[in-house]
Amino acid sequence: MTVGIVMLAHSDLDRVEQIARHWVAGGCPVVIHLDKKVPKDAVAAFRDSLSDVADIRLSKRHKCEWGMWGLVAATQDASELMLSEFPQVRHVFLSSGACVPLRPVQELVDYLDANPDTDFIESATTSEVSWAVDGLEKERFTLRFPFSWRTQRRLFDRYVEFQRKLGIKRKVPAGLTPHIGSQWWCLTRQTLSAILQDPLRASYDRYFRRVWIPDESYFQTLARISSRKIQSRSLTLSKFDFQGKPHIFYDDHLQLLRRSDCFVARKIWPRADRLFDAFLRTPESALKQAEPQPSKIDRLFSRATDRRTRGRPGLSMQSRFPNESWENGLTAHAYTVLEGFDDLFEDFQPWLQRQVTSTVHGHLFAKDRAEFAGGETTYRGGLSDNAVLRDYNPHAFLKNLMWNTRGQHQCFFMGPGDVMDDIHWELVKDANANLFVISGAWLIQHFRSNQNFADIRADAALRQKLEREHLTALKSPFVKATHKVWTMAEFLEAPVENLRIVLDALEPGLGQGLTDTPKLTDLTGFGTFVRTLKNQGMHPYLLGDFDEGYDQPRQNAETRKPYLVR
Amino acid sequence: MGVLRSYQLRLRRKRWRIRAYRKSRELRCVVNRAQGVHPNALLVFSTQRNEMVRLPYFLEYYRKMGVDHFFLVDNDSTDGSAQYLAAQPDVTLYATRGSYKRSRFGVDWLNYLQIKFGHGHWCLTVDPDEFFVYPFCDTRPLRALTDWLDASSIKSFSAMLLDMYPKGPINSVTYEAGENPISLANWFDSGNYTIKKNPLFGNLWIQGGPRARVFFPDKPAAAPALNKIPLVKWDKSYVYASSTHNLLPRGLNLVYDSWGGEKASGILLHTKFLSTFEEKAREELTRKQHYAGSLEYQAYADGLDKNPDLWCKWSEKYINWRQLEILGLMSKGNWA
Repeated sequence: MTVGIVMLAHSDLDRVEQIARHWVAGGCPVVIHLDKKVPKDAVAAFRDSLSDVADIRLSKRHKCEWGMWGLVAATQDASELMLSEFPQVRHVFLSSGACVPLRPVQELVDYLDANPDTDFIESATTSEVSWAVDGLEKERFTLRFPFSWRTQRRLFDRYVEFQRKLGIKRKVPAGLTPHIGSQWWCLTRQTLSAILQDPLRASYDRYFRRVWIPDESYFQTLARISSRKIQSRSLTLSKFDFQGKPHIFYDDHLQLLRRSDCFVARKIWPRADRLFDAFLRTPESALKQAEPQPSKIDRLFSRATDRRTRGRPGLSMQSRFPNESWENGLTAHAYTVLEGFDDLFEDFQPWLQRQVTSTVHGHLFAKDRAEFAGGETTYRGGLSDNAVLRDYNPHAFLKNLMWNTRGQHQCFFMGPGDVMDDIHWELVKDANANLFVISGAWLIQHFRSNQNFADIRADAALRQKLEREHLTALKSPFVKATHKVWTMAEFLEAPVENLRIVLDALEPGLGQGLTDTPKLTDLTGFGTFVRTLKNQGMHPYLLGDFDEGYDQPRQNAETRKPYLVR
Repeated sequence: MGVLRSYQLRLRRKRWRIRAYRKSRELRCVVNRAQGVHPNALLVFSTQRNEMVRLPYFLEYYRKMGVDHFFLVDNDSTDGSAQYLAAQPDVTLYATRGSYKRSRFGVDWLNYLQIKFGHGHWCLTVDPDEFFVYPFCDTRPLRALTDWLDASSIKSFSAMLLDMYPKGPINSVTYEAGENPISLANWFDSGNYTIKKNPLFGNLWIQGGPRARVFFPDKPAAAPALNKIPLVKWDKSYVYASSTHNLLPRGLNLVYDSWGGEKASGILLHTKFLSTFEEKAREELTRKQHYAGSLEYQAYADGLDKNPDLWCKWSEKYINWRQLEILGLMSKGNWA
């Protein structure tokens, strides 16, 4: 007993010949169907070149267009020819000109000998599958599809719409339950002949002639009536991408295909010489009777689909530029922004860098330059510290930095003295951002500066306005960032406790073990400074309810936990 | 995009086509071997001037990739490169003394040749210092890519220009003919590119890299564009608009995904910064035949006099396309 191969081919006839010869050499007769579109002289040449092989037949030619009836008609005729010409055939294997056997032919024969009455045909009801692209799962059986989806798309769509509007519904012939599945099957002579010789075949054919993509449903549905034993899977490894077109195999898939233990794979790129050589000239014997294991290939292709449909979060590049809110992550990974901390504590940046493994930058958006960690003038990926370059596209700067440092948590300072009018919204909307704000702390810079008071007043008013906008943004419904805001007064109630919150957010557990605390800036005289400012008409309300008598650093924290603030 | 806008663009496309025909009068056919080109042939189109030292490797690189025929325009070379090209069996050579600048930097000439010879072919338009890299280019020939693009109904394929440079001063190592320039200029910037969308043509406008970092830090808006769409299944109604940065009809510029996914894309390794560069830059300054009043070359010349080292601590050393893919400079998309 042997296996008969039905091949549907339409191009690359040299490869078709090569594959057909391989099957015949393995003892399998072959019936080839050539598409009507193949020019006559090419067919004649093909017939000639195969004339030395006894077990190859060419069947009646049909016009085969994707999604149309011609493919089924071609399969029917070729199968009938196979069954009548080769009585020794027990299983008929449907394949294409781009299907290549991965294992020695004898192993397929043995496998089918071990399962003599099993039909291998993927066959599931429409409600059970999700692979159908285009949302026409049920309707392929209840509407008529006389127009080609490929070449007459507009008519196709209009006619579908028209039928939907009129509420036209075809009746599925009695006794049939529509099933769909891979076009590539392997059926026993009993089942196949039962389908082809069914007294009702004429009426079934009439019905399926107007079904959409009948090659995925004709045999799949009818096999359910006549088969004794169905395994609902295809012996042909065939994967489809997100648009429903088959993935193609190339030379570099050789090892992957070898290890898959599948019997036949499609589609092989016709010029993949190494694959054809490897599998048709010297097929390597795998373990006998090994079951096909396509899961590795599945993973490869599902990753490809994922990349095409979701992409890499936080990446902007020449072929990925998402519309707003389709970014699937504004930046590549989580980072922390600290506002006001370096004003309130002395030498805060080096102190923080000692505590954490994250990278601690200075003010990345400072007016004069991007203060990268370590005082570097360029940073990962070739980012320049030049402020003009940065401000040319600050969003890209932030995105690039986070992309270039993926895997390493980044931490940087910000304040209303920076160029933040553009970037702060980006931070607020970014789910990867962790913002910690001590509002009003920037006033300490003014307090310690040597400016004239009128200038201080004007500048403080400006900064207060900027910071207020930022804080308002943090209350908007667009906020995705994790954030915590203290007024300076609130923060000073328990500076070390609050610092712990920040450290714990940076690295869990770090806050509790905190022993080395940073030095609080000397605020002697700050209360008077604030009062003067107020008296001159500039009300620094973002400081919070600041004790106007605050002319000395609060000692209570120290008395409560003397080791905390020095 | 309103009806009026798209009509304007249509007129513009027509106008450029007419211009291409008009400028074709400057072209003189030196050798035409196009009759041997089969209907599926992969074609390269390029303009060159005094690139003798680069041409041997250039031709070899693209022949190895599977390119079948080259259509080249020689713009008044004096170094024997025209004779060299005319002797190559797979080259169709045109010559011109016309102004590079007034043919819109060669675009008009090449548009004409593409209309004449490119129709129905996959056409790769690259300069002699640009080396196309695409996903799986180490294991699959260019034909595998174009077959896949055909099967996916994709008509244009983008490849960002990636400026390559040596470590140390540009002119410290002399480039010899036939040598792989990537072996000398094998460093690049991996993550300092900025992207904007061109609202009229729909293409992305990418800037950055070492040129922005070193030559244009104070006027980044003037930094050269790096977005390129060099590989197109040509139709005689298409035109390149500005270099190979964008085309019309504008649908060809939509080489990027807007809904979070990644389309497949490649890279053009740009090996401008070799020992040959300084001389070129000085020559272009006197000829003033390059883009934006040779502003770019002016900036280079200034930079060259000061400190011609583009290398920095964070430069990446080129390995292969997979590295570029991991760095997010190009993508496999759903080609697996």
